[in-house]
Amino acid sequence: MASSLVSARGLTKHFESLVAVDSIDFDVQEGEAFGFLGPNGAGKSSTMKMIGSVSPLTAGSLSVLGMDPARDGPKIRARLGVVPQDDNLDQELTVYENLLIYGRYFGLSKAVIDERAAELLHFAQLEDRRDSRVEPLSGGMKRRLVIARGLINTPDLLLLDEPTTGLDPQARHLLWDRLYRLKQQGVTLIITTHYMDEAEQLCDRLVIMDKGKIAAEGAPRDLIEQYSTREVLELRFPVGTQAVNAEHLHDIAEKTEVLPDRVLLYTDDADHAHAKVLEAGFEPESTVSRRSTLEDVFLSLTGRTLVD
Amino acid sequence: MTIAGSLRVVEAGARVYRRTWRGSVISTFLNPVLYLLAMGVGLGELVDEGTGGASLDIPYLTFLAPGLMAAAAMQAAAGDASYPVMAGIKWRKTYEATLSTPIGVPELLFGHLGWVTLRITFVSIVFAAVMTVFGATTLVEGLAAVGPAVLTGLTFAALVTAFTARLKNEAGLTQLFRFGIIPLFLFSGTFFPVEQLPDYIEPLAYLTPLWHGVELCRGLALGLDYVVPPLVSVAYLLLLTAGGAFYSIRSLRRRLIS
Repeated sequence: MASSLVSARGLTKHFESLVAVDSIDFDVQEGEAFGFLGPNGAGKSSTMKMIGSVSPLTAGSLSVLGMDPARDGPKIRARLGVVPQDDNLDQELTVYENLLIYGRYFGLSKAVIDERAAELLHFAQLEDRRDSRVEPLSGGMKRRLVIARGLINTPDLLLLDEPTTGLDPQARHLLWDRLYRLKQQGVTLIITTHYMDEAEQLCDRLVIMDKGKIAAEGAPRDLIEQYSTREVLELRFPVGTQAVNAEHLHDIAEKTEVLPDRVLLYTDDADHAHAKVLEAGFEPESTVSRRSTLEDVFLSLTGRTLVD
Repeated sequence: MTIAGSLRVVEAGARVYRRTWRGSVISTFLNPVLYLLAMGVGLGELVDEGTGGASLDIPYLTFLAPGLMAAAAMQAAAGDASYPVMAGIKWRKTYEATLSTPIGVPELLFGHLGWVTLRITFVSIVFAAVMTVFGATTLVEGLAAVGPAVLTGLTFAALVTAFTARLKNEAGLTQLFRFGIIPLFLFSGTFFPVEQLPDYIEPLAYLTPLWHGVELCRGLALGLDYVVPPLVSVAYLLLLTAGGAFYSIRSLRRRLIS
């Protein structure tokens, strides 16, 4: 446990009568990318704020970089990089000035900030925007600037809360590439997301959160192996007949799930299952065979989809 | 809480101001010019020729100018402590960004008040210069009023920040100016001695922080007699400032690090 950067035991957060985080345990090791996957309201952001030492715990214990957030908040925050859910940049200032002001909050000298800003703007592909005001920048550029800002103090741990929410696919892939590079450089990442593809792409290890509790924990591939089958066959039947059709499909797959617009068959061989479905005389309007994802793990654990 | 942390917040305020000063600098110069021209020169001549001349003992323009400086400081402080604070908490969430660094809520608050104080100092010095140009007072008399004007501004900065930090949305800010700042501006002795008010309202005026600010500015600049001892006024303003700062920290904590 010596290399554990974050360690939580019975971590709990209440907001008046609402239980946002309900006694969770986890450890984040140095150099790993650790994820919190779950739907909105699962308690991911509340957990993140407690790790970020800006939100006091209701109960339990939490150690961040070997320190206690209640006592050593400023010392912990000095070594954290924080990428919040909203782009809380100073819109009136330029890209560079945002880095400068933020760096000064850490007590860094202007010379040090200038040197790091040059590197970080290169990393964030914002070099030619250095002296542009922030307001007119695209969503992807602002996100990259927030990440660059979070790295100005060369943090030991980078916290990313929903890093790609609201971005178009191209901007997301560019951002993933940048985060992947950070991981390669050995920066420890903690990421919250409700996108299963994001979690699969970036996280070495993750916990699936639901209603303030941890539903499962492990590497993405292990979780899929443990809680799902290798493949999934998706069948779309005429509107309103998903459940009726699913009744008669139980023999074909290990497990079935009925969603409002389709039926999922969990199987190790989706093409084989498809053939059997047609053989049995079913006439789905469309079919998709695919590999299992974390979405399926979540569905199997909670009976619900991640993004409604 | 460290002083260095607060100073970094002051510094950030100054850097933001370097980008946004154009909007406020015009009102900083224009405000005193317009008010002194309309009220001091225009209305003042009528006052001096009428019964006002005898009861004030000094030209109306001279009577008005130092009090108006305190009122201008109040207005500038209320402006800086309302919409920008709402932006920091809610609209742009820049306070959230600040608090994710080693800076804590008390440093954020004292840095914010520190920056507003610097800006009010500038506003007040400009005011003193304009007063001098208008011949309302000498430059030395005008500058004598800067200290109490800044204290008045600081008091309002703390009170308005505390008020804003509790608001859920900006509707309350419109109310603050409509039912708070503007009535204070009109009835706290800036334009006429509060003795002119109906007897049942007059005591209320003595409770307003602006009245104490106006009294101090006028007393220091013009050497007039004080209604209450000046140290009592200073203590009252400092007490309100401390109370405002205390409630600001409490509300900001509740809003930002719950």
